Amino acid sequence: MPTQTRDAAIVGIYEYPLRKAPGVTPLQIKAESAAKALEEAGLTWTDVDAIYDAGDGGAGGMSGLSIAEYFNIKPNVIDTTAVGGSSYEFHAAHAKRDIAAGKAKVALLTYGSIAHSQQFNIGTGGRGMGGGPASPVGNMEMSWGMTLIANYALVARRHMHQYGTTSEQLAEISVTTRFHAVRNPEAKQAMEDLELLPGAREITIEDVMTSRMIADPLHLLESCIISDGGGAVVIASADVVSDTKKTPVWILGTGEATKYPEAGGDITTSAAAQSAPSAFGEAGVTPGEIEIAMIYDSFTITVLTLLEDLAFCKKGEGGSYVEGGKLRFDQAGAPALNTDGGGLSSNHPGMRGLFLLTEATRQLRGESTSQVPNAKLAVAHGNGGMLGARHSGSTIILGRD
Amino acid sequence: MAKPKMDIPLPRFPEPDTEPFWEATKGHELKYQVCDDCGGVVWHPRRHCTHCTSLNLSWKTSKGEGTVYTYSIVRQNYYPPFRERIPYVVAWIDLDEGFRMLSNVVGVDAESVSVGQRVRVQWEDKDGLSLPMFTPA
Ligand SMILES: [Zn+2]
Repeated sequence: MPTQTRDAAIVGIYEYPLRKAPGVTPLQIKAESAAKALEEAGLTWTDVDAIYDAGDGGAGGMSGLSIAEYFNIKPNVIDTTAVGGSSYEFHAAHAKRDIAAGKAKVALLTYGSIAHSQQFNIGTGGRGMGGGPASPVGNMEMSWGMTLIANYALVARRHMHQYGTTSEQLAEISVTTRFHAVRNPEAKQAMEDLELLPGAREITIEDVMTSRMIADPLHLLESCIISDGGGAVVIASADVVSDTKKTPVWILGTGEATKYPEAGGDITTSAAAQSAPSAFGEAGVTPGEIEIAMIYDSFTITVLTLLEDLAFCKKGEGGSYVEGGKLRFDQAGAPALNTDGGGLSSNHPGMRGLFLLTEATRQLRGESTSQVPNAKLAVAHGNGGMLGARHSGSTIILGRD
Repeated sequence: MAKPKMDIPLPRFPEPDTEPFWEATKGHELKYQVCDDCGGVVWHPRRHCTHCTSLNLSWKTSKGEGTVYTYSIVRQNYYPPFRERIPYVVAWIDLDEGFRMLSNVVGVDAESVSVGQRVRVQWEDKDGLSLPMFTPA
């Protein structure tokens, strides 16, 4: 084995069960989730000595200060990396690094959002048009009516042009995540509460193809849902792990990257192409060994692109790779994709990265509602920002003993 | 109280990196930067060369001709000034001088736009500046 070390493990998780949670605040969701995740691990607030926060509680750039007070803890390590939906994979990477360096023993990652109740149009509408202070990128790009989904559609269109990828192939990803969602009671409830089309049931490629075109070539059923929600993840050092209650899920390898528009750049390749080799290399495992693929599914094209960049298949071959339902938990030949139902059909309050870690952990503990028998290795890859422009990517390899 | 009329968001100033670009649009000139020391093309506009460490950049005028790298037809946007334009085309345009800018493809049926299509700049005057959009060449 190469450099793989088992110095930090996920020992507690919690996913806030509601997707429609009027009357609660993101901070309350974060704190409630943290309490439950700590309790699950057999730990408490005073055990936490490292805090990771993406500013979703509402304090923006001062979140490292305010979240410590709200939780009433006095951390030795504060990390407020905020790079969009992948922030939690960055946080997991940093927690492992900080624990390995001896700077911390118990790291707490939390997320809370009331995107649904606030009616953000995360997936399919326009958002943040012209807001915030003047910036160079804003000044060059805000006047063209680019919506979030249109940005991802730019990648899908180019992928189709370059490799012959089809809408039917992209639709396979929606069909697979919905197949998993209907087996997850919380996702099923979410589909009912959020009145997801075409109802809280499995869908077909035909359902996706005939759903409304939002931004060519992406359809409504290729888009993430808009939910409230949140959760927490507790990561502990090896010496703390022995006293915790659940099967530890070790962080075996990590990688981080960014990508932005460049002259002559290839929009069909994401930041994952840079972050994945680092993560797999550190873990000493290959994509072929991965049984669980928790891949950020803001849109179908995100998953297709990331599967290629994570080297589950060659660049350009993602379309045929996902055909035939191979990514279902009960099918062989490929890892199980987003077995909680994903952002497409279970939970997407804006920054879904934390749920990639919670469901990967459930799988490696044997607790998923779409359980892969005896799963030992998982990858969680978060993508934040805009796939068709500037975005962040972080890859986390997880394994159990 | 009368509601202020909503219009598409426009660049805001002061913003020193991009202000010369937008100033030039008033004369319908599509400007981009080239490094005096290494010859690299810099886009989006900024203070420094992104290829070497030079701070010596010069503004050049593009011929405004290029190719559609990729595009999408936007069919849903709740923001009123864009809702009025639906369906409209957003695209990354590869300019012949070697920079890639985001814009709209206009003056043509959205369904007829394609990757690799040749386009040239077409200006839409707006509140004291002009928006560089593209139309089939
Ligand atoms: Zn230079």
